[in-house]
Amino acid sequence: MSRWRQKTRERARQIIATYPEKRSAVMPLLYLAMAEDGYLTEEGMAEVADQVGITPAQVLSAASFYTMYKREPTGKYLISCCTSISCMLLGGDDVLHAVEDEAGVPHGETDSAGVLSVEHAECIGACGGAPALQVNYELVEGVTPEKARQLVQWLRTAHPDVIGTDELQNLFGGNPSFDWAIREDLGAIGPYPAFSPLGTAAPVGGEE
Amino acid sequence: MTAQTRLVTKRMVDHPTDSHTLKRYMATGGYKQARKAVRMTRDELVEMVKASGLLGRGGAAFSAGLKWSFLAPARPAYLVVNADESEPGTFKDRQLLERDPHQLVEGIIITAVANEVHHAFVYIRGEYAKPARRVQKAVEEAYQKGYLGDKIFGTDYDLEVTVHLGGGAYICGEETALLNSLEGLRGEPRLKPPYFPAAMGLYNKPTIVNNVETLSNLPHILEGGVDGFKALGHAADTGTFLFSISGHVRKPGNYELAHGLTWRELIFEVAGGLREGRDLKTWIPGGASAPWFVPDDHLELPITKDDTAKAGSMLGSGAVVVMDDTTCVVRAAERIVRFFSHESCGQCTPCREGTTWLEMILHRIETGQGRDVDIDLLLDVSDNISVGLDWPPKMTTICPLGPSAVSPIISITKYFKGEIQSHIQRGSCPFA
Repeated sequence: MSRWRQKTRERARQIIATYPEKRSAVMPLLYLAMAEDGYLTEEGMAEVADQVGITPAQVLSAASFYTMYKREPTGKYLISCCTSISCMLLGGDDVLHAVEDEAGVPHGETDSAGVLSVEHAECIGACGGAPALQVNYELVEGVTPEKARQLVQWLRTAHPDVIGTDELQNLFGGNPSFDWAIREDLGAIGPYPAFSPLGTAAPVGGEE
Repeated sequence: MTAQTRLVTKRMVDHPTDSHTLKRYMATGGYKQARKAVRMTRDELVEMVKASGLLGRGGAAFSAGLKWSFLAPARPAYLVVNADESEPGTFKDRQLLERDPHQLVEGIIITAVANEVHHAFVYIRGEYAKPARRVQKAVEEAYQKGYLGDKIFGTDYDLEVTVHLGGGAYICGEETALLNSLEGLRGEPRLKPPYFPAAMGLYNKPTIVNNVETLSNLPHILEGGVDGFKALGHAADTGTFLFSISGHVRKPGNYELAHGLTWRELIFEVAGGLREGRDLKTWIPGGASAPWFVPDDHLELPITKDDTAKAGSMLGSGAVVVMDDTTCVVRAAERIVRFFSHESCGQCTPCREGTTWLEMILHRIETGQGRDVDIDLLLDVSDNISVGLDWPPKMTTICPLGPSAVSPIISITKYFKGEIQSHIQRGSCPFA
């Protein structure tokens, strides 16, 4: 949890170089910090501050504004259940309750093993496939409470290293907002977005 | 009349498995319009887009060409693509990002050239990981082809594009909040004036902020010409419009349509009507911020920007949320108000305090703890956020988030007062 690896620092420098002003790299660097430590630690924020040349307090000021920067230990799998209007109308609350019950933690918390975190999310843009949830920001649409329970059990037993959205949708999803015919090759490795400039997107199934 | 008019969704429908690839994009006329645009002048492009009548598709429906024409002359200037789609009920940009990212990149090139911009940013909400990956890939491919980077299309024009992930804050869809966020600050909206992005935007430089769907239309305006684009639309609402339909309909989804259908046609024909044995109770015509419509008053109304405004609401980002007769409107309103309360940035007291109070009052009504004075109290608190409860709202706040939370309150007290009273009198929710 101390200082970043050389590789992460190099990545940070590359990200900073894509902005006219260093401070604009705060948000991507906060994700790097999460990927480094599993969540956003004080040390991680201090490192971000160093990299962009602002104070740790200024980094915290930004980080604390956004819900995706988790400043407490977060499970390997973050399950975000949408309970905004369209999902609520079609049973999103029941899905959330099923996930909470099966995971054994109320929303906003992480299980003692550090495997599962559950949260309720505001609209995740899957209203046409409601109710929907995300695991590490990889989407599943058309979920039922029963399928949601199976999803939790599967995460616990299969322990996938990479969360692939197609696999989730095939195993636990139903009607999507729109056609999912395009195959998705990359997935998530932790409770932060899988995105190649951050180095957080891994091939699903282990091969490029 | 209810048939879809395919423009921005054409490629993904014709080629469902590979509409996102460069190969498919090139095989279907890709980047020809950007290549053309890069050799046109700012005036030509701005005039063309103005003449096309293209309105911003992010919710405000402001003329895109006019917005460009307001850009202050100082340089550097920036382009920021608003892909922070977060309004409950809205999921159309996600489809455009995931399934036709090169169309967006081509729109970015055209817009950049029109506004003499050499660095563009795509601000994508953090929860849209898959869409962001697709856009990133498209951007990298465009660099490799020489459509982005130094001397694009063999001209002297340089253009950098950076894809930026948000952090999970709805308010960053407000353009000035988005700019703060992109500068590494808290996503708090800026005061206008003086911080109009066209004059004092990103790094206090002139900045264009456009929505994903708006930019995705540009290659088609160049390809089909101004007249072709206007001919697709309905009077002042030119081109097509993506409706995101969700809730209690049989066929939810994104539908690309011309304006001018009636709400009856949209809900009962396009979206397949309601489930067996259910009746239409109410619907939100343009995203969670919009005042609701009801069958008796609005079903035959044509779907145009003006007709919707005259009826006291808006088409906004095109999100239509349909609720049937099993819906408790108190619970629905509470859920929408909860969203705004959660997403309030906290700068302005009427919004920060007001949305919290509205949520608490609705919650106690829904859970059977409501008091007789609560309806008046809801309206009183609402009036402190949005004086006079008009639509469009009078602002007491820096941005429209607070007044948006008032829309469901206006709607349920106007159309469903008896249902709220019933909650209070019974001491429980009649739908529970």
